[in-house]
Amino acid sequence: MAEHDDQEAKRRQRMRSIAIGLALAGLVLLFYVATLVRLGGNVLNRPL
Amino acid sequence: MSDVTVPYTRKSLTEAPGGTVGDFIALMKPRVMSLVVFTALVGLVVAPGDLHPALAVIALICIAVGAGASGALNMWYDADIDVRMARTAGRPIPRGSVTPEEAFSFGMVLSIGSVVTLGVLVNWVAGALLALTIAFYIVIYTMWLKRSTPQNIVIGGAAGAFPPMIGWAAVTGGVSIESILMFAIIFMWTPPHFWALALFRTGDYERAGVPMLPVVAGEKETRRQIVIYSALLVPLGVVPAVIGLGGAAYGIIATVLGAIFLGLALSLWRAEEEAKRIEIAKRLFAFSILYLFGLFAVLLVERLAAGFMS
Repeated sequence: MAEHDDQEAKRRQRMRSIAIGLALAGLVLLFYVATLVRLGGNVLNRPL
Repeated sequence: MSDVTVPYTRKSLTEAPGGTVGDFIALMKPRVMSLVVFTALVGLVVAPGDLHPALAVIALICIAVGAGASGALNMWYDADIDVRMARTAGRPIPRGSVTPEEAFSFGMVLSIGSVVTLGVLVNWVAGALLALTIAFYIVIYTMWLKRSTPQNIVIGGAAGAFPPMIGWAAVTGGVSIESILMFAIIFMWTPPHFWALALFRTGDYERAGVPMLPVVAGEKETRRQIVIYSALLVPLGVVPAVIGLGGAAYGIIATVLGAIFLGLALSLWRAEEEAKRIEIAKRLFAFSILYLFGLFAVLLVERLAAGFMS
């Protein structure tokens, strides 16, 4: 019974970790897209 | 949250399996979130000006997450009363799937994250309004008014009325008479909506010690107040057509839906028999959702149709 609980706890923790990972990846994408949209063509304007 | 008594507080990973991803989604009150996102979307679409579609989507995500964060913080604070009400006893904290500490951390991270993201990526007026909404819902409504006055939802209703203003501010960067009007419609709609619910859930609120109007002032006074707020709401619902926020279709639909709303409120007021009263209260509660959804949907459709034609 305790072993089953332990397995279930680990499974749930893994799922929560995956969900947090996906949320963080989504946040990175959000900032990336917003940067492109806000800068527009200027995103390529990098004078040396 | 002075005396939270939840089934258990998990001390170690192996003591109990912990919450599933679904439990954490439930903490965000997805159904409430959907109405918030919808009204915010209408605010975004009807606002004058241009916002890049990608930024509009980002604004909606931030508003949705902010609303979800409010839900989680509300469940953290209200765990002690949620456990005593049939409607809320199955929520993740009373059920023992998520600890109050986890819900608090989850809510705080999402609150700060959504406000900062909205402020940085869209604009800080929208970000500040989202922060105000979350703070109002948690501090003014949940922590203060809900347990202390039968007028709790009258003032607390402001929290649910902010989303179209946030959507409007995301586009315009400011607040105007039109966005205040959308706020006012939801603000006036909240009391009859929740009091209709409270009329057929009185026992729940009584057990939890929440001073909802039917518990404190009686069901007769509640029915009277429902009529008063409905009589204020219905003409207010038509004003967008007068100031040009809505068109002719909006004016007609708002008038028809408003007449039905007021009709239901009046028949609830006149109902003598208890079973009949409960039946009408349930109908009014269901119709009130349709009413608000209807008004905002027409505003949205009219604006989208005008966009296609031009």
